[in-house]
This record gives sequence, C-alpha cells and structure tokens, in this order.
Amino acid sequence: MATVKDDSPIITDKSQATRDADNGTGEQIKGETLIGRTVTINRPRAELYAYWRDFAQLPTFMDNVERVDVLSPTRSHWVVKGPAGTSVEWDADIIEEREGELIAWASAENADVPNSGRIAFRDAGDRGTIVTATIVYDPPAGLVGKLIAKMFQREPAIQARRDLRRFKQLMEAGEIATSSRTRKQLEEEKA
Amino acid sequence: MRALTWHGKHDVRVDTVDDPEILNPRDAIIKITATAICGSDLHLYDGYIPTMKAGDILGHEFMGEVVETGAQSTLAKGQRVVVPFTIACGSCYHCGKHQYSACDNGNPADNQDIGMELYGQPMSGLFGYSHLTGGYAGGQAEYVRVPFSDVGPIVIPDGLDDEEVLFLSDILPTGWQAAENADIEPGDTVAVWGCGPVGLFAVQSAFLMGAARVIAIDHFPHRLELAKRFGAETINFEETKTYEALVEMTGGIGPDAVIDAVGLEAHGFFVDNVVDQIKASLMLGTDRIHSIRQAIVACRKGGRVSMPAVYGGIVDKFPLGAFMEKGLTLKTGQTSVQHYMPALLNAIVEGKIDTTFLISHRMGLEDAPKGYKMFHDNQNEVTKVVLKPGFTDTAIAAE
Ligand SMILES: NC(=O)c1ccc[n+]([C@@H]2O[C@H](COP(=O)([O-])OP(=O)(O)OC[C@H]3O[C@@H](n4cnc5c(N)ncnc54)[C@H](O)[C@@H]3O)[C@@H](O)[C@H]2O)c1
Ligand SMILES: [Zn+2]
Ligand SMILES: [Zn+2]
Repeated sequence: MATVKDDSPIITDKSQATRDADNGTGEQIKGETLIGRTVTINRPRAELYAYWRDFAQLPTFMDNVERVDVLSPTRSHWVVKGPAGTSVEWDADIIEEREGELIAWASAENADVPNSGRIAFRDAGDRGTIVTATIVYDPPAGLVGKLIAKMFQREPAIQARRDLRRFKQLMEAGEIATSSRTRKQLEEEKA
Repeated sequence: MRALTWHGKHDVRVDTVDDPEILNPRDAIIKITATAICGSDLHLYDGYIPTMKAGDILGHEFMGEVVETGAQSTLAKGQRVVVPFTIACGSCYHCGKHQYSACDNGNPADNQDIGMELYGQPMSGLFGYSHLTGGYAGGQAEYVRVPFSDVGPIVIPDGLDDEEVLFLSDILPTGWQAAENADIEPGDTVAVWGCGPVGLFAVQSAFLMGAARVIAIDHFPHRLELAKRFGAETINFEETKTYEALVEMTGGIGPDAVIDAVGLEAHGFFVDNVVDQIKASLMLGTDRIHSIRQAIVACRKGGRVSMPAVYGGIVDKFPLGAFMEKGLTLKTGQTSVQHYMPALLNAIVEGKIDTTFLISHRMGLEDAPKGYKMFHDNQNEVTKVVLKPGFTDTAIAAE
C-alpha cells in the first residue's frame, strides 16, 4: 500500500486480510483485520498525545470501550462492550512509545482476541495535528472465536472512524456533540 | 412541552414531548418566544429532504429567553437571544476561518457518515433539519436545547422587539451572504430569482452593497410588490419571458451578478422543470433546478453566480457549457450565520435594514400545522409565518 499522504481512510476488511498498511508514520503493520483512519485536529500535538497516553480516558470517546484500568506505566486492563450486555476483557501492554509522536499497544499473550493498536501524531502546521489510528485484531477460530469476532466487527471500521471524530470533538470543542434532547435519549444512544 | 413534529409528507403535528435538558457543559436551554417557518421547512414538508424520522421536531429560525445554562455557557438566565440555525463549535479549523456552516464538530460523530456517503464530507449540524445535519430538535417548540451556547446565540439589547431581530437566525444573514457571494461592484445590475424572504433580503442587501439596479423575478404579484418597495425592478415570469426581459433590461449585456433564491422546488411550466418534476415523482432525481439553469444562461460573460437556494442531490442538464464558456464564478453554501449576526444586528438597530415588513401572519404554536399549510398553499400572500408559543389570538392576524 502506498504511503498515505492525505486524509483518505485506510480501511481493509477480512477479504483483504494480511494486507500491509502504512500507519502514517512510514512504518508497516501486518494483521488479520486492520482498521485505519486519519483525522486532522486543530490542537497542538503534545496536548493530543498527553490525553491519549492516559488510557483511562479513552472510554470518554471510544463508545464500545467500557473501562480501561491503568495497572502500570505500560500495562492496562481493557473492558469492552459485547452484544446483549456481555463484555470481553484483556490486558494490553504498550510496546512502543515515542513522546509526542506515537503510542503502540498490543494485547497480552492469553487474550481471547489478539489485538493491537497504534496512534500516531504528526504536525500539520496551522491546521493542528494529523492523527492516524490503526487497530489490528486477529479473531481466533471456532465458535467462541466467531462470536467474539462478530462482536469486534460491530462495524469496526465505522466504530474507529467515529471514535476518532469524537476524539476530535473532545479536543477541539471540549465536549462530544450529541443531538439528544434528554438525558434518557443520550443514554439510549450510548447503549 | 409542546412541539411541532414531522410525520411524513404534508403531515406535521403539535405533540407533547419530553422537555430538553442540559447535556453538555456548553449547552443552554432557551424558552422560545418567537419562531418562524422557513422556505427550507417547506422542502421538509414536501418530503424532499432525506433522512427525516417521524417525530423529529422542526424549526431552525427561533429566539427566546435563556432559562438554563451549562457550566461552560457564557449566557445568563433571563437574557434574550437569537440563535443561529447553524450549530458551530467556534474552535475547529473552519470556525477559525469563520466558515461556521462548515464546522467539523457540530454534527454528532454517528451522523457524519451519511454526509460522507452523499457529499464526500460530513455536513455540519443544523437545528431541525433532518439527520443528515445532525438530527437536532428544532425550535418550533416551547423549549430547545442549544449546544455551543457560548458561540452561537447573540444577546439582544432591550428595546428591540422579537419581530425586528428574529430573522437574524437565518434568512437575513442568508440574503446578506447571497449578496456578498455575488461580489457586487458599484454600478452593477443584479438579478434575483425568487422573492421569498431570502430573495427579498438579498434585494435589500444588494442595494446596500452598491448595486445600481436590482431586478427581482417571481410570479407572485404580492411578493414582487414587496421587492418593488425596496427599489427593485421586477419580472413576473408568468407574464414575461425572463431571459428575454433581462437581455432587454441590461442593454444586451446581461446582469453582472445573478442570485438564485428559489431552490429545489422551482415553480413554473418550463420544459426542463416539467422533466425534473416527472423524474422526481419517479424517484430518479429530487431537485428541480430551473432557476439556477436560467440564472446561469442569463448572466453576463465573466459574471458572478450566487446560490443561497438549497439543493440536495445530483442534477441533470446543468448548463456546464454556458458556465464555462462565459467564465462564470459560482458561490454557494449554507449561511455562516454566526459571522454575520453582530453587524446585521447593528444594521437593524441603526434602521438600515427593514425586517418586519416580511411578516404576514402570526399565530400560536398550536396552530403551526395550519401555518405550514397556508405557507405552502398560498405563497402569494403568506410571506412569513411567525409562531409564538402562547399567542392567544388564534384568529389568524394578517397584517
Ligand atoms: N443557504 C442557506 O443557508 C439558506 C437559508 C435559508 C433558506 N435557504 C433556501 O433559500 C431558498 C429560498 O428560501 P425562501 O424562504 O425565500 O423560500 P420561499 O419558498 O418563500 O421563496 C421562494 C420563491 O421563489 C419563487 N419561485 C419559484 N419558482 C421560481 C422561478 N422559476 N423563477 C423565479 N422565482 C421562482 C416562489 O414563487 C417563491 O416566492 C430555499 O431553497 C431555501 O431552502 C437557504
Ligand atoms: Zn430558514
Ligand atoms: Zn467548528
């Protein structure tokens, strides 16, 4: 895949499995299913990096992530929403980190759904920062695997794209836009 | 609270729904004192705009009193405000350039996909105007939740009546932006298609920007009369051929700038318009673009085309050749209301712009469905309907 030079989405699905993708930093990632997306955020790079680096804050804009507990400077515990009130949990480790530029993490060895992600930040002059998110996961075989894969594929590409938009809203506007009229509607929307 | 809700083509009702609540720190809740029905609402009423859902609350031209504020709102309870119909964050790249109607953050993340599919970019958020633009509840109601209340609403000084300032919410800035987009030079002749509120404010604005002549085109005598009041010459397209008249009136040159203030529901028995109507009824296309076609053909060489009128889809028989060969420029877009509000409020205070001439009917919110029907059926006399919750004189008070 060619180097990404603009805002165009890099989205591949299972049919394009094991396709290589550039994450916007010139590095390659291989994976079963890969979702990538770039957005420009009108805030300084350091500020965006700092917010993201505190994993406990991710559920604020990641709609399907219920909770992230920070266990150590590099290890975190993720609780992710599944269908019909279920949830899946795993531990993740930060595997690469460059202050202000890049954070990469991967699930620990025994995760039900091996997955990894990385977020890269590049300066965009007076337009702020170009943020590229890449999420790779590897659903296991078998019935349980299928169920879990299905859960993950709650339109994962769309999910990632929307999460990034929410991150942008939170960073630029200080809040996440909703057209709900009442608290009750807002909760129903998030469920 | 009571609110005007959409249920389908030509089916709007006043229902009882839950009151809005503060949901984000920058929110405010406004108690509506006046709200208007817009030509854009007729597009919804006629079922031309996709992504409407039954129960959606309409209304994007409204004002009222601040009754509740979020922690980050800069408004204070009791203030009177007019709210822009465009929902803009004030802090994204586009807002920084005062392109408020292109704000990245007004439309909730989940709603942005539709715009990506249709237009290649997500649309910004608008009040009461389908889910394409956010699915926000509108202001034809007793109360409304206003996001980013520290950026949008403008506080109205005491001594100004609701009716004088209500149109700051949309049609006055829209008419003004339409004229601005026409890049008027002193001495210009400007032709305006459509003498609805947008066209009439464009007529006034064009003169204020230095146009020597404005030619207004419509087929409703009363609306043409209003245009004349501001000094416009007029063409009734049912009595006169518009193109021929414009050529004659401009000494063969054509208007220097043309403004399409009609929109996707152009009237008239023109061949292209009839084809468009048949196609729309067969779901092959939705927009009737007769007025913009005619404007482009009538415009002088090297002239400017301004298109405040709303279109939604892909169109046929766009006169691309005339557009190119004559070297025209086209500017359009939803209005960046926030950008124009302060200066236009001043213009009202100083008496430079007349706004209340437009209002032909006032009624209570409960009568809103009747207001829609009247505005739809009798455009000649019904130039603008203003709804006031609690307005008691249900006998429709014509001016
Ligand atoms: N860009 C924006 O932000 C914005 C904001 C408000 C309204 N609008 C749009 O502006 C347009 C006008 O709004 P309005 O409230 O004045 O609507 P309106 O329906 O009251 O007025 C339209 C006028 O156009 C006339 N007309 C119809 N066919 C014509 C033709 N072939 N030639 C000349 N005139 C013709 C009608 O008789 C009518 O008087 C609508 O499309 C509306 O959606 C855009
Ligand atoms: Zn309007
Ligand atoms: Zn913005």
